Amino acid sequence: MKYMALIYSAENAGPQYGTPEFKQMLADYHSVTELFEKDGVLISGDGLQDVNTATTISVRNGKTETIDGPFAETKEQLGGYYLFDCDNLDQVLKYAAMIPTVKYGRVEVRPLMEY
Amino acid sequence: MNSFNSIIKKDWGRIIALLSNYLHDLDLAEDAMQDALESALIHWRKNGIPKNPQAWLLTTAKHKALDKIRRARNFESKKKDYLRLLQLNESNNKEDFFIADERLRLIFTCCHPALAKSTSVALTLRLLGGLTTQEIASAYLVSAQTMAQRIVRGKRKIKKAGISYVLPEKDNFQLRLGRVLTVIYLIFNEGYCAANNTKLIRQSLCVEAIRLGTILLNLCPQESEVKGLLSLLLLHDSRVKARFNSQGDFISLEKQDRSLWNKLQIKQGAELLKSALGQKSIGSYQIQAAISALHCQASSFKKTDWHQIVLLYEELLKITPSSIIKLNQLMAKSHIAPAQDVLKELNELEEQLLKYHPFYVAKAELLVTLKKPDEAYRQIKKALRLCQNSTIKSHLESKLKLFYSGIE
Repeated sequence: MKYMALIYSAENAGPQYGTPEFKQMLADYHSVTELFEKDGVLISGDGLQDVNTATTISVRNGKTETIDGPFAETKEQLGGYYLFDCDNLDQVLKYAAMIPTVKYGRVEVRPLMEY
Repeated sequence: MNSFNSIIKKDWGRIIALLSNYLHDLDLAEDAMQDALESALIHWRKNGIPKNPQAWLLTTAKHKALDKIRRARNFESKKKDYLRLLQLNESNNKEDFFIADERLRLIFTCCHPALAKSTSVALTLRLLGGLTTQEIASAYLVSAQTMAQRIVRGKRKIKKAGISYVLPEKDNFQLRLGRVLTVIYLIFNEGYCAANNTKLIRQSLCVEAIRLGTILLNLCPQESEVKGLLSLLLLHDSRVKARFNSQGDFISLEKQDRSLWNKLQIKQGAELLKSALGQKSIGSYQIQAAISALHCQASSFKKTDWHQIVLLYEELLKITPSSIIKLNQLMAKSHIAPAQDVLKELNELEEQLLKYHPFYVAKAELLVTLKKPDEAYRQIKKALRLCQNSTIKSHLESKLKLFYSGIE
């Protein structure tokens, strides 16, 4: 089954850019991604630029409305994702728990729709 | 058809577990079982109950499930599954006469931590306990429709999110078992805390929880915390007859007629506890059972071994630090320590227990001991404002009346 792990965290939570802890976190991301690949469960995964770079659009009656900013102004924002291919929920949860951000943010795991 | 109902009640969970294992679909398993029961009603009335009713039900339910899949609108996409099942069915038809026990998988599936606890409670009662949706709804004081939706949503989550029908891995087993124990304990508590004037079905939840605990212990006989939980449930439940008078008023432990306690059940609970403690793998249910056992084995309230109980609460606090457990410890302590000292410790908990009515009851009791009835009265008033349970409410009101008449 395919699962999307959506990585959320508050902007000021966790290690801040430029600190040694931040470097360590990047290294941790690097090594878990390698592990996911090695175990054959990774389809893809990436981090996102921060929410200040977000643009949200909607189309109503053929008119496009463009808004500067994320879809919802919440404390915790989507910061990245992994797309996994796992046997079951238990397996994907085991991998999701290794994502470095779980220690200060949250990871939401959702199965992909099957057609 | 009394024997019919008892067969179903007894074997429901077992057959559902086997069907789920075979079909990989809880919904289909339940539907097929329901259809098989309808057939059974007709056939068994006509021909009598078969020699092996469980095997009969299982085989019939399998056929009903295969029929259902074949008739389904999206049969083309399910054809592969169907053929797999058909093959499986032919290969183990002979084994059907020996009904394997797959209930452990079903319990772990129903109590998966990815499901809300209230959903796990409903699924466990329905799929393992064999209670009808209507029965569960009445026990939880919600409409049958609400309960049906909760069950449907739970089964849907299991299917769509890929909660698989397997036993947890070794390194995860204790954690997952803990969740199962929580669900069974929640079922028991719902019945135990039910007001006496509510429907009997609520109290039958205690019996149901004990039954589920017994099943679980049979499936994992080496787990000391399963023994601990079952022991705790048996010990708590042994006092059930003494907890209310004939008018349905709540009677506190101190005032209970101890001759009404179920001696046999106390013995069973104590034996289970002894066996659990012998395994030297202590856990919170074993400690709680040990506390309950000390209450059950005391010849009177006065003769209760409060020193030991205070120590056991200390152990419990090490495993699960909680203000409520601390409160209970202080109440035990109040029987062996000066009320003034206990009150001082109790006041330190106020911030965390602002909305917990037993906190104010405890405080009132200490104030009564300290001969401050006016202050005690105010505490009981606070407790009354917070308490939701009608039986406990009237119990508190009668306490208030006692203050008025100056008896206490």
